[in-house]
Amino acid sequence: MLEGTGTSRAWLRELAVALVAIALALLAGALLLALAGYSVRDAYWSLFQGAFGNIYSLADTFLNAIPLMFTGLAVAFAFRGGLFNIGTEGQLYVAALATAITALAVPSWPPVLAIAAALAAGAAAGAAWGFVPGLLKARTGAHEVITTIMLNYVAILLTTHLVKTRFKAPGPVDQTALIPAAARLPELVPTTRLTWAIVIAVVLIALVDWILRRSAWGLDVELIGQNPSAAAYAGVPVTSRTACIMAASGAIAGLAGSTIVLGVLHRFITNFSPGYGFTGIAVALVARTRPWGVVPAALLFGALQAGGLSMQLFARIPADLLTAVQGLVILFVAAPGLVAIVRRRRRARTPAAHEAHEANETCVAHETRDAHEARDAHETREAHETRNAHEAHETVRKRGANR
Amino acid sequence: MAVASPDLHPPIVELIGIRKRFGPVVANDGVDLAVLRGEIHCLLGENGAGKSTLMKILYGLYPPDGGEIRVRGQKVHIRSPRDAMALGIGMVHQHFMLVDRLTVAENLIAGQEPVRNGLLDLRRARQAIREMADRYGLRVDPDARVQDLSVGEQQRVEILKALMRNVDILILDEPTAVLTPQEVDELFRVMLQLKADGKTLIFITHKLRETMAFSDRVTVLRNGRHVGTWRTADTSPEQLAEMMVGRQVTLRVARPHRLPGDVLLELDRVSAIDDRGQPRLRDVTLSVRSGEILGIAGVEGNGQLELEEVIAGLRPISSGRIRINGQEPRQPGPRGRRALGLAHIPSDRLRRGLAAPLPVTRNGILGRHWQPPFARRGVLREPAIRSHVGQLLAEFQIRGRLDAPASTLSGGNQQKLVVARELAHGPRVILACQPTRGVDVGAIEHIHSRLLEMRAAGAAILLISADLDELLALSDRLVVMYEGTIVAEGPADRFTRKELGLWMAGQRPDRAGSLAQAAPDRHPAPPKEGAAHA
Ligand SMILES: Nc1ncnc2c1ncn2[C@@H]1O[C@H](COP(=O)(O)OP(=O)(O)O)[C@@H](O)[C@H]1O
Ligand SMILES: [Mg+2]
Repeated sequence: MLEGTGTSRAWLRELAVALVAIALALLAGALLLALAGYSVRDAYWSLFQGAFGNIYSLADTFLNAIPLMFTGLAVAFAFRGGLFNIGTEGQLYVAALATAITALAVPSWPPVLAIAAALAAGAAAGAAWGFVPGLLKARTGAHEVITTIMLNYVAILLTTHLVKTRFKAPGPVDQTALIPAAARLPELVPTTRLTWAIVIAVVLIALVDWILRRSAWGLDVELIGQNPSAAAYAGVPVTSRTACIMAASGAIAGLAGSTIVLGVLHRFITNFSPGYGFTGIAVALVARTRPWGVVPAALLFGALQAGGLSMQLFARIPADLLTAVQGLVILFVAAPGLVAIVRRRRRARTPAAHEAHEANETCVAHETRDAHEARDAHETREAHETRNAHEAHETVRKRGANR
Repeated sequence: MAVASPDLHPPIVELIGIRKRFGPVVANDGVDLAVLRGEIHCLLGENGAGKSTLMKILYGLYPPDGGEIRVRGQKVHIRSPRDAMALGIGMVHQHFMLVDRLTVAENLIAGQEPVRNGLLDLRRARQAIREMADRYGLRVDPDARVQDLSVGEQQRVEILKALMRNVDILILDEPTAVLTPQEVDELFRVMLQLKADGKTLIFITHKLRETMAFSDRVTVLRNGRHVGTWRTADTSPEQLAEMMVGRQVTLRVARPHRLPGDVLLELDRVSAIDDRGQPRLRDVTLSVRSGEILGIAGVEGNGQLELEEVIAGLRPISSGRIRINGQEPRQPGPRGRRALGLAHIPSDRLRRGLAAPLPVTRNGILGRHWQPPFARRGVLREPAIRSHVGQLLAEFQIRGRLDAPASTLSGGNQQKLVVARELAHGPRVILACQPTRGVDVGAIEHIHSRLLEMRAAGAAILLISADLDELLALSDRLVVMYEGTIVAEGPADRFTRKELGLWMAGQRPDRAGSLAQAAPDRHPAPPKEGAAHA
């Protein structure tokens, strides 16, 4: 089940499923490479080297994974509250710019304070960018998928515009000036660009996990995500919580941008993100929306990104083919999570395929099923029964209204 | 009902030692069943007893793992519904299997052997529908689209579908579960007609009253086993209930007389509209006293849901006042009501009462999960939660694990969890909506006795139920709702079932037995002396 009620056995099984999925994806990718006339061995060897070959490539993998931990966590958290935050890319941009501006504005502050202020500014900007769609959803029912996607464009164009007109450093590139050294995140491993950002990410993941499992507010989130009517019945203020969930998700996503600015780029550069926000959606799916699942999922995608670059450089695989291989991995690994989510929603809403099956009277009678399926069938039947009750209700109502 | 000595008839269907398992679940464990020609045979059992499975085997939907089927004395192998129909066996499923967008006539020919001339078929179908309609009182418009039909009408189409294939053994799987009381009566008339026409009917139910009312013989299943078969006239509801549940069950709850105390729930000219802006509650005035159960009767969709929602704080009122425990809630929404001592057993446990994918521990504290002792400063206190919910499970004999998702509980156990949770905090006012819908006899008994305990403890209980038996058994007073207004009110023992049915249908029972139509656009004032003009 999706919400982490499983035992350690279930965990192991899921891990096995994920590993098999990765293997299958790489196999399919190999086929693709071979068909295009490239050496599979060279390609995968350079992929491995680029991702794990030495301390620097390993650092690269982590470097790519860190923003994905933030965006993946942001998407996963919103998911738990029943919301699709597709706006992490935009949230990351506004946060990055807010962080850069703040860091530039406080050149004389002591490091800890400067960093804290810059991070807070970024989180606040991201939160605002998430709060708006949350509020619109709660108040007017405007679907958050649409509004967050639109706000992505607004964020990217707005930050570009602001940099060009207000904060541009001299030179050909649309970027801000370098932030003062005091505001930069210190390195964790010397001579790599691996900074304290990863610690921030892991602490945040632990915090979100704790909130969801151990706090009353987190239970509100889960309730809204699993059954908004039950949440309202229980007295949860669904409207304000929905806006808060989106704001929190936006803040988390924003920190992806902030930590890149403070730890890696040391300035804001327009269009700097290679799609960290969007990849975060895949990360959340692979993580099955569990906070701790985000860590390995982000590392997987980080490795693919780091290794992909070396595949391009050393095995001379064209970037398009590379993207295709990465797409395959997303497809294979994320698909089970997606299927689980879709199945759960279908089960909750529509009559079961199982019953439709019976309707087809020529069909061969069912074979014995295993215990798991028997339970599924039971659940779907119940969903169906309530639906029938609802229908009965509706028809009686209609008849009443016709009188 | 007089039984025309069915024992003289030979068995038309014999099931001998039928076995069927689904993985670890033994759905049928060596079940025997003999159905006599021309009888109405009732298959009785709790949810999950294996009734549907047994009949699906007879209808060729499941292959049995073991056992023998004889039809008209001949051993047969039924491998598909087609085989069953060739033997004259038809089945109306628990869930209808019609195509919503097609018309009635189209549905009747769909699924039959393709014939060359489709138009001719359609004309024949229309013709047949009219004939059947006359013969059995199965009134349906052949050209109506299924999606526009009421549930009762759809069921008639299902029955027609079977009759069109010339079945003479008709299986009906829980046909009354989705019907209004009026529709149930109509169905029973049709079934008696079919019986008079020489057809054999196998009728699945878990309702005792229906069984007693018009079956010739009854077979009880429990946990996939055959408990016994009796002539209905030779048994009693108490005996049958005991056979179904496997232990003694008190059907008639003792409701000791009690003098009602202060008014704890008061609605004063309350009106409300539904989500589409249609008025659903009009000037409803009622009050419930301490130690009193007020039952709300009515065909579903006549404002009961809106009444539930306005009292629970889930729907705003457009005018009027609500007082709980003497006070108007200061805070809107369910929190304010709970603070005043309201408990709410919602009418739809899966939609509202539970977040089914979450663990039992979480569902057991829903609505109070931010408060001590379950939370301190926003942090959930796991030990307090576990001991509280564990106690609820024990007290209500709920079978389930604390950490398992609530969806893994059976329907009856889910409902008991909701009831247990709501009654746990000594409520002053209880809004009990369909408290026993879709749960089995054992759980019904338990829930009823708990509600009566709360009554004895001085709670005021508003009981909204579609089950007349439940209303009559529990209520001190009854109110009938029709189109959002109260059309009748009085002590529960002043109403007969028949009168209630008439009030619910928007008609006014008359002394002479003739029916005076209640004016639908005016609000008939509640009769002062209750409904019974005895
Ligand atoms: N298709 C199926 N797959 C797995 N289990 C099933 C299936 N149909 C029924 N069962 C199980 O078999 C048992 C008997 O079910 P059923 O015959 O539907 O009972 P009833 O109709 O008496 O309520 C239940 O435990 C149910 O969960
Ligand atoms: Mg059944």
